[in-house]
Amino acid sequence: MSTFLGMPRGRVPGPPADPAVGQLTGDREFPDAARDALADTRLRRNLAHATSTIRAKRAQVVAEVPDWEALREAGSAIKAATMAQLPELLEQLEANVEARGGQVHWARDAAEANAIVTRLVQATGSDEVVKVKSMATQEIGLNEALEAAGISALETDLAELIVQLGHDRPSHILVPAIHRGRSEIREIFVREMPGVDPHLRDDPAALAAAARAHLRAAFLRARVAVSGANFGVAETGTLSVVESEGNGRMCLTLPQTLITVMGIEKVVPTWRDLEVFLQLLPRSSTGERMNPYTSTWAGVTAGDGPQEFHLVLLDNGRTRVLADELGRTALHCIRCSACLNVCPVYERTGGHAYGSVYPGPIGAVLSPQLTGLTGGHEPNDSLPYASSLCGACYDVCPVKINIPDLLVQLRAEHTEARADRRRLPSPEAAAMKAAAWAMADAQRFARAGRAATMARHGIRRGRPITPLPRPLNGWTASRDAPTPPAETFRDWWSRTRGDDSGDES
Amino acid sequence: MRIALFVTCLGDVLFPDVGKATVAVLERLGHEVVFPQDQTCCGQMHTNTGYQRDAVGLVRHHVDVFERALADGCEAIVAPSGSCAGSVRHQHAMLARRAGDEELARRAEAVAAQTFELSQLLVDVLDMTDVGASYPHRVTYHPTCHSLRLLGVGEAPLRLLREVRGIDLVELPAADTCCGFGGTFAVKNADTSTAMLADKMSAVLTTRAEVVTAGDASCLMHIGGGLSRLKTGVRPVHLAEILASTSESP
Repeated sequence: MSTFLGMPRGRVPGPPADPAVGQLTGDREFPDAARDALADTRLRRNLAHATSTIRAKRAQVVAEVPDWEALREAGSAIKAATMAQLPELLEQLEANVEARGGQVHWARDAAEANAIVTRLVQATGSDEVVKVKSMATQEIGLNEALEAAGISALETDLAELIVQLGHDRPSHILVPAIHRGRSEIREIFVREMPGVDPHLRDDPAALAAAARAHLRAAFLRARVAVSGANFGVAETGTLSVVESEGNGRMCLTLPQTLITVMGIEKVVPTWRDLEVFLQLLPRSSTGERMNPYTSTWAGVTAGDGPQEFHLVLLDNGRTRVLADELGRTALHCIRCSACLNVCPVYERTGGHAYGSVYPGPIGAVLSPQLTGLTGGHEPNDSLPYASSLCGACYDVCPVKINIPDLLVQLRAEHTEARADRRRLPSPEAAAMKAAAWAMADAQRFARAGRAATMARHGIRRGRPITPLPRPLNGWTASRDAPTPPAETFRDWWSRTRGDDSGDES
Repeated sequence: MRIALFVTCLGDVLFPDVGKATVAVLERLGHEVVFPQDQTCCGQMHTNTGYQRDAVGLVRHHVDVFERALADGCEAIVAPSGSCAGSVRHQHAMLARRAGDEELARRAEAVAAQTFELSQLLVDVLDMTDVGASYPHRVTYHPTCHSLRLLGVGEAPLRLLREVRGIDLVELPAADTCCGFGGTFAVKNADTSTAMLADKMSAVLTTRAEVVTAGDASCLMHIGGGLSRLKTGVRPVHLAEILASTSESP
């Protein structure tokens, strides 16, 4: 089957993801959602503890790899090469999966992927599926789509299970329940898990044992499993899932039918490329030298594992992202979540403030890329600004995605889209235009600077006598304003040194 | 060495003492400082707030001004700001390329190659760590994100501070965590910025320092603004001002 997927060059960019399907956007702009999160004491404490623990673990295991920087370069180079030949690689992957007895389905968007998976499950006659932790299926809202068709989907990753039982949303790519403490987890289990001991203790071993008992029955009963994929190897048709608990392995091996939903950017050219990523991923994500379970499978094998295998290749806005030379580097992401753990914004607001299943620095890039920027007040339009551009994310990214540069680029796309849809410039755009005009000429700038020194009389003990308008009042809400000096630097220079130095003005 | 001072727009209008201190340090070390009076702003605020088209005009202006300074015999351009030097070095050519102006990009690269943040110039270019300063105060140093991660100044500011007479230099806990300034982030996401500031201030307070220093007036304006609002009594002082202090003129 030939396809438009992953074929950006010389064609109309693919459509953006529909923000109404799945979970790529929230319902509030970031500053508003963040304000509530910042006031949640328990959330702040849980996040500070969890992110600092995992940061320290990562730093330690990364420091012990002598060729870490070379590995990052290799990861980045493999991904760049992959993106440059994505159509060919996807067709190669399709051919090799089918040669080994699997079936490949192409999904343009979330709705199409959900329909394909629903139809495949219905064809088995089963009304339940067990699920391996997967970002792609969270992105498209598969569980909700299956539920609407009368099929129950059971998350088997412990943290995803906590989120699912708590009727909650994931707040971290790797640790979806990072916002929950163990006493909250105990409360959720006692309330939601059928047959659980009401005197369940809240120590990790007791909680894990309760989840184990709950899940084991489902594994033995399940006839259909749904997974995502960390990697799809084009040359062999091999899919791979990397995990810690072994619950994924149960799903991948016990049921009769396995359905894997994979974003098209997860393809890698060769088996050997896994050598690089299987070193980069666990150290970056869980801070482990090696993750406990790495499953790989290709097609079906008679008498061993699932006898029916379906691979759903998901676009959902990715081809559109691929069309932009800088923007496409965001598709290099291997979902390790190292950038979340080091982000000073994420550490304080948590993942829900971002609205999308992809939170943190990479989410602030990917979510608006996938849904598109409108230039209006849609929640995803606020995400590129949810960063102080401190650059900690870029430093830890195992595939060297320059997230600060991408955020800056998306901010430009946002303001340009806004300019296109307005007849008059926004107040901010007008102020920026005026500032750029004043700054384009030293005489004008000198006059503006002198005017600013006059503002010193408008500030008393750090507070403006007249309250500042939005958004500048955001400054004085928590910080004193600097008192402008009596004389600008350039006036001091002219007064003390004369105009003889420097160039002729 | 003949050195052109890029004082930065913030340094010119709000913090002239930082520029004066930069001049004082370099002149004390025997260098000639010139101030190209046509200079205005590197355009970073425009770039980072999404106004790249406006920024390109400022990039062109900056390149015109400092290209002339280099042609006029200056061997280096110094900025008392990691962030502005970072923008010149990292963003100017990129902005020109995105605007389709390859010639401007190449000229911007030439200017960027001669542009240094103050501690970089002193330590890496001029090979100085003892600049003859005296500053008998308890001081903690915050490495600003752009000096640390965009420019990679590394230990240069600390090496300079360690040589200052009388200084009681105390390490800042979690020093490399962002203070929460982030340019317009500080007002667009004022609550998150404030939460980050609160943690930075509590780190500063645990050091019991009288003075918090950094290589960027902008981050110091934010940290100092918070410290002042809470009446902590801790003062923000730019690195250049500490290096300019001597026992004769503290």
